[in-house]
Amino acid sequence: MTAAREEILQKIRSAKGVSSPEVAATAYAGIERSYQSSAQLSRKEILHLFEERLREYDASVYRASAAEVGAAVAGVLSGRGVHRVLVPEGLPLEWQQGAEFVADRGFSSAKLDGFASVMTTATLGIAETGTIVLQNVSGQGRRALTLVPDYHLCILSTNQVVETVVEAMRLLEPTRNLPTTLFSGPSATADIEMTRIKGVHGPRFVDVVLVGEE
Amino acid sequence: MSRVPLDPRTAPAFQTAAKMLLGDAQLRKNVRHATDVIQNKRRKLVEEKHDWQLLRESARQIRAHALQHLDVYLDEFERNFTRAGGVVHWARDAAEAQRIVVALVKESGSSEVIKIKSMTTEEVQLNNALEAAGIRAYETDLAELIIQLGEDQPSHIVVPALHKNRAQIREIFRRTMNLPDLGDKPADLADAARRFLREKFLRVKTAVSGANFLIAETGGICIVESEGNGRMCLTLPETLISVVGIEKVIPRWQDLEPLIQLLPRSATGERMNPYNSLWSGVHPGDGPRAMHVVLLDNGRTNVLADSEGRQTLQCIRCAACQNACPVYRQTGGHAYGSVYAGPIGAILTPQLMHMEHSQTLPYASSLCGACYEVCPVKINIPEVLIHLRNKVVEQNGWYAPESLAMKAVAAVFRSERRFRAAQRLGRIAELPLVKSEKRSFSIVGQKQATKPGWIGWLPGLLGGWTDTRDLQAMPKETFRDWWEKRGKA
Ligand code: SF4
Repeated sequence: MTAAREEILQKIRSAKGVSSPEVAATAYAGIERSYQSSAQLSRKEILHLFEERLREYDASVYRASAAEVGAAVAGVLSGRGVHRVLVPEGLPLEWQQGAEFVADRGFSSAKLDGFASVMTTATLGIAETGTIVLQNVSGQGRRALTLVPDYHLCILSTNQVVETVVEAMRLLEPTRNLPTTLFSGPSATADIEMTRIKGVHGPRFVDVVLVGEE
Repeated sequence: MSRVPLDPRTAPAFQTAAKMLLGDAQLRKNVRHATDVIQNKRRKLVEEKHDWQLLRESARQIRAHALQHLDVYLDEFERNFTRAGGVVHWARDAAEAQRIVVALVKESGSSEVIKIKSMTTEEVQLNNALEAAGIRAYETDLAELIIQLGEDQPSHIVVPALHKNRAQIREIFRRTMNLPDLGDKPADLADAARRFLREKFLRVKTAVSGANFLIAETGGICIVESEGNGRMCLTLPETLISVVGIEKVIPRWQDLEPLIQLLPRSATGERMNPYNSLWSGVHPGDGPRAMHVVLLDNGRTNVLADSEGRQTLQCIRCAACQNACPVYRQTGGHAYGSVYAGPIGAILTPQLMHMEHSQTLPYASSLCGACYEVCPVKINIPEVLIHLRNKVVEQNGWYAPESLAMKAVAAVFRSERRFRAAQRLGRIAELPLVKSEKRSFSIVGQKQATKPGWIGWLPGLLGGWTDTRDLQAMPKETFRDWWEKRGKA
């Protein structure tokens, strides 16, 4: 195995010349990055765009003030007919209203499959693409939680919503080693005659509660 | 579920295969429909990105830089991935990759694996090797499942089953999943796949994937997908084995900024694909406990050694060039005799295979330049095609004048401005040579008498070339002019 490693690296070096971390770092600094990297819209427009994108993905979006989250959750869940919800550890208790909430205790895959619904918070929202960023932190939990159940209710503060993908990637930089999932709408495929079909293996239904006064 | 993989060493020459496949009207219709749909979506979403050209340029520089310092970044990736609890393996060729993966699967104690769509594992014909070792592989991407159950071949990088329509897919599922009453609505078919695969996701303990990017500074992996089958494979099993070409490494996290914007818009015409997964190594309590990356050479270092062909390795496998290619749209993917079809296949396959095989592939193009226009990392495919044709000529010892002419054409393609100018000039200069009657589109390299609208004879340097090959007359309007006009309409 090491023989293969040495041989491949040797071939690479003889193909294009030997490099070193120092040489690479100097050259790297010269890479042009003149694409858009900051927001151009107002906060109001950004939130409006985010909501619009989410709705294009058939997610329902609800607004609530910080004090109203629990009531909003109860309303959304009853509208969906959901009675039992899986939650990660660290999700604020005052949000957990209107159903039975079961905290993840490291359930097996088979046990996870017994849950039809999950509720989490999120790290970021990206308006231009309607993307929500999930990470393995308190209130969001491990990746399987938001994958196996068919319905995901996501609660996100308005000040976590940025306009562009680039801003989001820069904000994620300090926590880039955490398992991170960017999701944009429900799972989908266009493999059959390029018809977009919602929901193959990931959650087929996603709702979002946006929390904030804005 | 064994099938004969697409293998450039045994596949017929492009022109032969293309001629056969042109007779398959259903296939052509399916391919045209799918590529039309993606192209339209792509165009809309590229137009709304006012910084598209800046993103492309940045991505080109990042990918070219990563290749230029590939030894440094592979080493850095290996260190960081290892520190994060993963294990890196190196495979010189397909056989070595097969051996490594088979041994890892056996070590994991599993006789089954679930797989995420991966052109790299298709390239090394992994499924056949697994099967020969008594390991059952389940493809979990809907299109790959259709291909696997139908004992078929992928024909497109992003939508591998686009040559099949819903009726054909229903037949395959009915037969292989034992569902006699299955409907033919796309939603019914997707639902059948969901049920068929869910049990496997929950049960199978070992997964095999490719990767879209490896991130050197974090030892991280990025996988983009739509269906969630990828997330299933990379979070539920205990062992994950990713087979990744050595060229897939990028230096830093921030390099994802342009790349994850360019890829979905180019590939599927989406602002963002439904799922992007990013992680580095093993995370206790979240995902597999054992993680392996098999770094694959399999001819890539030979491509790297060719300074003109090297840019081929910048490819991020978005397939925009396939969708835009008038030749691909006529023939579909199988004619290319390799898992990499379309313009990228026409340049990648001959280089990976040292040109011994697939000598005709560099001719599977009308050099219209559409592939270059759409490529998100600005690979100048026409330039590489001409370079490879030149190599074919050198190898076969054809007339020196042709190779001279090729060099001249290559020089034109190297500059975008000169390329535009030459296209316009070409349309004027060729007028007297083109037969005028209108006939339907045809592909390069047919042996019959010259078709109307095709140039059968060229004066001067190119004379020897057109003795054996017809050149298609340049369209009245270049693709580029047309494109720009459509944008404004
Ligand atoms: S060559 Fe360019 S357009 Fe073609 S698949 Fe690769 S990145 Fe996409």
